[in-house]
Amino acid sequence: MSEIADKVKKIVVEHLGVEESKVTPEASFIDDLGADSLDTVELVMAFEEAFNVEIPEDAAEKIATVKDAIDYIEKQKAA
Amino acid sequence: MFKLDGKVALVTGASGGIGGAIAATLHAQGAHVVLSGTRENALQEQVKALGGERVDYVVANLSNPAEADALIAKAEEKAGAPVDILVNNAGLTRDMLALRMKDEDWDQVLNVDLSSPFRLCRAALKGMLRRRAGRIVNIASVVGATGNAGQANYSAAKAGMVGMSKSLAQEAGSRGVTVNVVAPGFIVTPMTDVLPDAQKEKLQSQIPLGRLGKPEDIAAAVLYLCSEEAGWVTGSTLHVNGGMAMI
Repeated sequence: MSEIADKVKKIVVEHLGVEESKVTPEASFIDDLGADSLDTVELVMAFEEAFNVEIPEDAAEKIATVKDAIDYIEKQKAA
Repeated sequence: MFKLDGKVALVTGASGGIGGAIAATLHAQGAHVVLSGTRENALQEQVKALGGERVDYVVANLSNPAEADALIAKAEEKAGAPVDILVNNAGLTRDMLALRMKDEDWDQVLNVDLSSPFRLCRAALKGMLRRRAGRIVNIASVVGATGNAGQANYSAAKAGMVGMSKSLAQEAGSRGVTVNVVAPGFIVTPMTDVLPDAQKEKLQSQIPLGRLGKPEDIAAAVLYLCSEEAGWVTGSTLHVNGGMAMI
């Protein structure tokens, strides 16, 4: 697993207080990890801070799963 | 009841009459207060008056968006702990009839009285939501509800503050963070002391409780909304005006 994926996972575990084993790439923040809309905003802000990237609102709306977040950040970091 | 031991409270406009009383009241109930204002001398005096313990100050000009954005972090640095309570009290007036009101008069009042409280709420909420606790009290004015000739800018900003607070209250409610408004009526402060006696008497005659307000009348309402005991009150406006406007 990439360094970015590891860090994303860690942030999700920390913010949502969920078991690490539940944070699979396919896991949906809202449907599987019990996040509400405020949690997803807080997560996006935590990602922005941790990876020093800006995630605009329209991109943030599309980040529904752990994999979505990893893919988006990896793409930003590669660019 | 209404003890604030161990809480950090940031009060803006703390060198003014109402802000000073709010700071003193929260401090007396055990809070560590951080005073913010534009006049360093006045803030230093206030620190001294509060005995120097559990009190810090930050000089900030809230008409500058960057200073407003940075104030929460600065206050937390001074206090050495997160801000649990934010009281947005700072404000200014540029009164004149609308026909004579310039864009600058409008913009400056909206900026300091509405935009800067929003910036402070935004910055404070970030930590409060994460900690699942926090109190925000925004100081509006009775004129936000009733309007007042000569105060189109000020009353718009204060009415805006009420709408903003209700929205923030809905956003933050699931985390146990409350956002409320205290709307003072006519309060005796150095700012209002200069009014002619005849005008003060006229104002007084419109107040069922028969006197003008004291800063402490406002501070008591703020204290209630900052307390643990007010944990089921959010998005509300507490009017403290001697009965002048029953809304």
